[in-house]
Amino acid sequence: MLKMTHLSKVYRTEVVETYALRDFNINVNEGEFVAVTGPSGSGKTTFLTIAGLLETFTGGQYHLDGVEVSNLNDNERSRIRNEKIGFIFQAFNLIPDLNVFDNVEVPLRYRGMKAAERKERIMHSLERVGLASRAKHYPAELSGGQQQRVAIARALAGSPRLLLADEPTGNLDTQMARGVMELLEEIHREGATIVMVTHDPELAARAQRNVHIIDGQVVDLAEDPRFHHSVMAARANSPA
Amino acid sequence: MSGMFVHNLRLGAFSLRRNPLLTALMIMSIGFGVAASMVTYAVFRAVSGDPIPQKSSQLFVPQIDNRGPQYNRQGEPPDALNYTDAVALMRAHRAPHQTLLFQVGMSVMPDDAHKMPFKALGYATTVDFFSMFDVPFQYGGSWSAEQDEAREPVVVISRALNQKLFGGENSVGRRMTLDDRQYRIVGVTENWDPKPRFFDMFSGNAYARPSQVYIPFNYAVDQKIDTYGNNNCGSDGKRGDNWDSWLRGECVWISAWVELNTADQVQAYRQYLDGYAQDQRNSGRFNWAPNNRLRDVHAWLEHEHAVPPESRISLSLALGFLVICLVNTVGLLLAKFMRRAPEIGVRRALGASRADIYRQFLAEAAMVGLAGGALGLLLTGLGMFGVGMVFEPQIAMLAHLDLSLVFLTLLLAVTATVLAAFYPTWRAAQVQPAWQLKSN
Repeated sequence: MLKMTHLSKVYRTEVVETYALRDFNINVNEGEFVAVTGPSGSGKTTFLTIAGLLETFTGGQYHLDGVEVSNLNDNERSRIRNEKIGFIFQAFNLIPDLNVFDNVEVPLRYRGMKAAERKERIMHSLERVGLASRAKHYPAELSGGQQQRVAIARALAGSPRLLLADEPTGNLDTQMARGVMELLEEIHREGATIVMVTHDPELAARAQRNVHIIDGQVVDLAEDPRFHHSVMAARANSPA
Repeated sequence: MSGMFVHNLRLGAFSLRRNPLLTALMIMSIGFGVAASMVTYAVFRAVSGDPIPQKSSQLFVPQIDNRGPQYNRQGEPPDALNYTDAVALMRAHRAPHQTLLFQVGMSVMPDDAHKMPFKALGYATTVDFFSMFDVPFQYGGSWSAEQDEAREPVVVISRALNQKLFGGENSVGRRMTLDDRQYRIVGVTENWDPKPRFFDMFSGNAYARPSQVYIPFNYAVDQKIDTYGNNNCGSDGKRGDNWDSWLRGECVWISAWVELNTADQVQAYRQYLDGYAQDQRNSGRFNWAPNNRLRDVHAWLEHEHAVPPESRISLSLALGFLVICLVNTVGLLLAKFMRRAPEIGVRRALGASRADIYRQFLAEAAMVGLAGGALGLLLTGLGMFGVGMVFEPQIAMLAHLDLSLVFLTLLLAVTATVLAAFYPTWRAAQVQPAWQLKSN
């Protein structure tokens, strides 16, 4: 589903080159739930933005759903983002001037979908996250957990092949975070491929697989003993 | 596509309510800029239009230098003819159609003795005047060439005068009194008042009130009806002792027009004019080389400065003001759009291409332009009342807000705003979604 080979991302200024990702390799299979972990500044979010075609990379190869994406133009990248990828952000990133219904509608509009189908998909997505009754509410009228659920509904509405989540519970309290995480697990059980960036060992423990990044490279989780221990402990305490 | 366009317009309209202060500033900027341009354009349009578009390249003014270089301004011959040359041109009949005219002002004496006489202005002219200038008739028509030659006291009156004297009835065949002479009405024109009045620029009547009467040229000369227009006798100012000496003198007071339909006819007429002037030289009347002109309507209006210079200047200033307003709008739009960088980042992440961002923000700019156009329309309407403070009253009264100006105002506002929005929109489309989403 998602395969990066020897991928690198370099930020250049006049005086310095900074490697955000270096010889980065990852392979995510269809239907997997992968947690990408690592300390702050390790390159997790850079990986996610490249994976989501929001940013280009400097070297290497990236195949998304069998398509090599490095030579795609802006329109093609936008189309793939729209049709194959769903984003869930830490800050929810709902458009404050649009109500819940219109927020969920945004990606479907760009797909050129007819109004009847859009409406059906929006309501189905909102029902799935338990917010169909809030369709006319504005983001400011919702709690953080509800806003993240709307963001998830927006990501799901387009039936993407891949869900990319960047610290999806980072701005939520424990109870709301648990609810969102359960929702993601449910979505995964229904067959979605999910790549979730997190620095929370408890969330990472609930994914099928952990990919740990340090200094822009994928490393064995054991190379970060403290985090490894936390993940193991979380798994041991997990009810599943 | 159209669904998305409507959606973008809806977002644009919604956006007008967001940041109301910024939006109001933009709308005011565009509204004032457009209104200033439209008010001055309305005047410019009124004074710079082609008064007879169907024939302006076929109608020519012949000019003959009958007074010599010492009386000419910048080498130009006089703008009118004296009686001798005017009659000579008519008799030569070298053009398919030709006419002479001079302005007359006569008192209309109502049949009802209780009514007061009033002044009516018009022209003494020849029969071809009406066909050459496509004068439309409500009743009857022009007099005939025979009536012209026979010096018959006939008259063509305007629709307005006919309304005033006869209540709008068909007055052809009826008689009316002008000064102390009886005339038989042969025709009533429709409302006809080309602006500028190209055929009588000589007497400064470019924007005068519509003519009311037309009488035969030969009859007017026979009756010694003096010109009500200009009479230019040069710097020595000698008009002569009596009517006949004036007719024989070199004072210019008659406007001449010829209709020439082909380039060959124009060339032949130029040769004729030069030949005529050479004959006058040979006979001792002129002691200078032929110095003639033959200008069509456009060249004639240009020569006569039909477009007042203040009209051009004010239009230029207004357009400059519009540019300043648009530059201001560019800055305001930039501020408005870039405040929404996070939204742009989200939209890009959700599948919007740069082209989608362009479409959305240009549609929004169009809505701002439309609102600015609506304000501009209101201000243009108000500005029409103030035109008289800048321009002479007879020019100011020509400016009016018609449907085409309404359409043009809105079009200018929307187009100018969309053009002004290109740079801010380009900047919006360059927003890097990754950075926006990371920074959130």
